[in-house]
Amino acid sequence: MIKFDHVSKRYDGGREALSRVNFELVDAEMAFLTGHSGAGKSTLMKLIIMMERSSQGQVFVDGINLNRLSRRSIPLIRRKVGVVFQNHQLLFDRTVYDNVALPLIISGQQPREVGRRVRAALSKVGLSGKEKQYPVALSGGEQQRVGIARAVVNKPPLLLADEPTGNLDPELSREIMNLFEQFNQVGVTVLIATHNLDLVKELGHRQVILSKGHLVAS
Amino acid sequence: MNKRPKSSGASAQTHSFSLNAYIAHHKLVAIDTLQNLLQNWFASLMTWLVIGIAFALPIILLILLNNLDQFGGEWQGKPRISVYLHTELSPAQVKASVASLNKIDGIKASKMISPEIALEEFQSKSGFSKVLASLPSNPLPAMIEIEPVSSTPADVKLMVSKIEGEEGVDSVSFDSEWVERLFAILALGERFVTALGIFLSLGVLLSVGNTIRLAIENRRAEIEIVKLVGGTDSFVRRPFLYLGLWYGLGGALFAWIMVQISLVFLSTPIERLIHSYQNEFQLLGLSGLESLVLLLIGAILGILGAGIAVGRHLKGIEPS
Repeated sequence: MIKFDHVSKRYDGGREALSRVNFELVDAEMAFLTGHSGAGKSTLMKLIIMMERSSQGQVFVDGINLNRLSRRSIPLIRRKVGVVFQNHQLLFDRTVYDNVALPLIISGQQPREVGRRVRAALSKVGLSGKEKQYPVALSGGEQQRVGIARAVVNKPPLLLADEPTGNLDPELSREIMNLFEQFNQVGVTVLIATHNLDLVKELGHRQVILSKGHLVAS
Repeated sequence: MNKRPKSSGASAQTHSFSLNAYIAHHKLVAIDTLQNLLQNWFASLMTWLVIGIAFALPIILLILLNNLDQFGGEWQGKPRISVYLHTELSPAQVKASVASLNKIDGIKASKMISPEIALEEFQSKSGFSKVLASLPSNPLPAMIEIEPVSSTPADVKLMVSKIEGEEGVDSVSFDSEWVERLFAILALGERFVTALGIFLSLGVLLSVGNTIRLAIENRRAEIEIVKLVGGTDSFVRRPFLYLGLWYGLGGALFAWIMVQISLVFLSTPIERLIHSYQNEFQLLGLSGLESLVLLLIGAILGILGAGIAVGRHLKGIEPS
């Protein structure tokens, strides 16, 4: 599902965030991406959803070489990848329903289908009945769940999460991780960048460890 | 559950994309942006008024020019030559003069106004009746109004020179010169209005563009999120183009209202002015078709202005 082939990323100014990273994540695999701050976790994620392009090497997502993709095709890759952000990235002037429906509307789904899928996704993350509320009225954990519902509503084959438990207490963090495991169990490839090493150990999935831009364990 | 075939997300997306959903989204965005504008009605009103004034100004001038044009055209259509005879002619001499004048070729119609009738009219209209009554004799000459068959300036001038050679003719005046001047002025006015219209249209374009630029800045976070979850450029562009459409259309509507109000305000003095020259005159406003064209131009300029702003500013917004 994801393949990094000798990927380096150098930002303007010369800082090398990733150097010659090689790793592969097969379909329906679940892995944690760990490493200290500044190790290159975010950069790796950004390369997968084409917020950045690699300076060297090839990145493949679902068999597609991202280096050969034009700017116009970026949205098509992003629709294959559900992303959960640490800061949620929700639209605060839209209801929970509208937030979750966004990927479906973007990909041109039938209105009836949109309603059905949004309700299904919200029920999956335990937010049934909160459709008409605004994100401001929700707790941090609930906002994160809205973000997750939005990431999975389009049934993407790949799910990325960047510090999804960053601001949550241990119990809520575990619940969120369990949710990701459930998606993984139905065949979604999951990659989670996290600092929460206790939880990583407890759950016992594969670890991809970065240090100063180098892959040190996979 | 097993009735529904399992499919990967990507293929499900491409298959369920439909024209229906596309149209539904256009409708949604159109209504959504309009509702937004009406909710922030004060800010929207300001923009609409600015656009409205920019449209209304050249339109009002154009309407005035068109009406003058129509008025001038009426005159040029049938130039009239006024022939004044010497005051000291006897009635018999006047008769003879009129008879010989009527023999000139190319006269379509002629009408004699005797000194007595002229005096009567003058007394009733001018308010000098007492002064006129106290005069020992009628100071007014006999006058013949001639309408030539041909109305080209050359023919009219030829006829005037023939008339001037006739016995008993004191002076001849004809109205084609000032009509020519009027048309020259009108042509100048039309150029002026055209130039003004172009400048103000540019102003509309810029003001819509600037308003859209601000809207884009305000919704930067939203644009980033939409792009992050796979929104295409055209999807991101759509609400702003509709915003431009509503600004342009609304501005044109306000322009139409302003034009109608101005016409009501202007019609009385204009009709009075033109009435003093001509009997039948009605101020021509905007026809239904012209009103539609105005709305169409507004809509097009709005979308164009938004398109320019979107083209310039949207590319720079990428999720980071």
